[in-house]
Amino acid sequence: MPQSNRGSLWGSSSAAGHLPERALWGADGSVALGDLARGSSLGGRLEELSGRCVLVATADQLTAALALIELDGVARRLVLFPPDLPREHVAFVTASAAVDAVVSDRTAPDAGTPSAGPFVTCSPKIAPAAFERSERYQTEWILLTSGTTGLPKLVVHTLSSLAGAIQDAGAAPKRALWSTFYDIRRYGGLQILLRALLGGGSLVLSSARESTGDFLARAAARGVTHVLGTPTHWRNALMNPSARRLAPQYVRLSGEIADQAILDHLRAFYPGAAIVHAFASTEAGVGFEVGDGLAGFPASLVGQESSGVEMKVEEGSLRIRSARTAARYLGSHAEALPDADGFVDTGDIVELRGERYYFVGRRDGVINVGGQKVHPEEVEAVINSHPQVRASQVRAKKSAITGALVVADVVLNKEPGAANARGEGLEHAILEHCRAALPRHKVPAAINFVPSLAVAATGKIVRRNA
Amino acid sequence: MSVRSEVLSQLKQVAQEQNKKLAPLSDDLPLSDSGLDSLCFAIIVARLEDALGVDPFTATEQTDFPVTLADFVRFYEDAAK
Repeated sequence: MPQSNRGSLWGSSSAAGHLPERALWGADGSVALGDLARGSSLGGRLEELSGRCVLVATADQLTAALALIELDGVARRLVLFPPDLPREHVAFVTASAAVDAVVSDRTAPDAGTPSAGPFVTCSPKIAPAAFERSERYQTEWILLTSGTTGLPKLVVHTLSSLAGAIQDAGAAPKRALWSTFYDIRRYGGLQILLRALLGGGSLVLSSARESTGDFLARAAARGVTHVLGTPTHWRNALMNPSARRLAPQYVRLSGEIADQAILDHLRAFYPGAAIVHAFASTEAGVGFEVGDGLAGFPASLVGQESSGVEMKVEEGSLRIRSARTAARYLGSHAEALPDADGFVDTGDIVELRGERYYFVGRRDGVINVGGQKVHPEEVEAVINSHPQVRASQVRAKKSAITGALVVADVVLNKEPGAANARGEGLEHAILEHCRAALPRHKVPAAINFVPSLAVAATGKIVRRNA
Repeated sequence: MSVRSEVLSQLKQVAQEQNKKLAPLSDDLPLSDSGLDSLCFAIIVARLEDALGVDPFTATEQTDFPVTLADFVRFYEDAAK
């Protein structure tokens, strides 16, 4: 029997109680948490993973959750590999995180699997097993987030930094049934997995293979009480007939700016629910949550310590110091994460209007399209590789559906007059060129042909914050 | 061009650009069954804002998001008044 240890994810989850009544539900199956007290999803191979740096690369969220529950405290490092990350990044991630074991929901490695140490299959069929799931390591949790070069950044957390906001959130009643549109390999989704496990609740997982309507219907049929999504997830959900079947007590938004319109829509749609928007990022952790139904956040949160979090605004951007921030980046080209005073710069530009701060955009110009980051430079590089383009500037256009969209200003090799004559055909050709090289959300929604771009004294394109 | 025909033409145009199979456009078609995803709708809403000068999704007085195609068209007709 596994020992009871409150420090690890398994120990804390079981200490939260009611194990026999709790479960994780995926799109194709479910696991009762009580079964994990007597068995394992890892086919009796837990011991082989002890002390290793384990790449958790499953297609399915349920098996990923099981691997995390079983391996926290046992593995030295857990690397959460989201299934939407390009396969060509596997080698970079494997090398940067010194991966020496792989957990997959396949039964055998495929061509894209790193050949690093044991390959262990994780299955939702829990097999009885004799083992000791004791806490041996303070496991590092590595989350991947997109970087400027196109390669992911590897962000180092521990269970205690990830769960820092959860102990304070004692408001959630035991037996809460959580759900999220997010994948649990992303920071926002992982928060909900941890809230369900550490808070004594259960969780309905989403699935990339399922439509929004099917997911909402499945979550509603289970009777979910607490639901998290980005503002984009929620706008999309509210346009779906199945959203009416949900009767949440608690609706949470994070990952993008929550504007007043979406907060008002949700309040009208779910009058019985508390509507809370949170500021959180993979690097800075959970900063704060706002429950007054208004966009932005009270200025009083800045400059004082509250529940272990200090915030300040410097050079226009929000900076956070708390035990919930990530420790560092991994990898040979990694920059420092917290500054000398322990503050993490979120890169989010805020503006004080009256007694409240409002988010106005990103300093680094990153465009957030429905929760997916787009670096303007990578799109510009593709546009600029078109033979008839001299220069381009990619910027955000505000969208009420996805938060932002990508649009491009393009300067052509030839005179603008010539461009007018072939404008439509050329716009189409440049967009086709982008579609061949970029994921959909990075392809500009519109191209404007302009005679020139504004260039600063530094020789760089002048970038305005959206 | 009427609001309705502008909306329908943008739906068809974006579906084609995004390689989405658009369901037959009837008034009671739920948007979620239209074959378009949220990125498609974001592009459609941006183009309709250019064409009609309104974005009803940002207006806070509208409390119900459109669910069917008829709702969607009415959403724009009401906002364009």
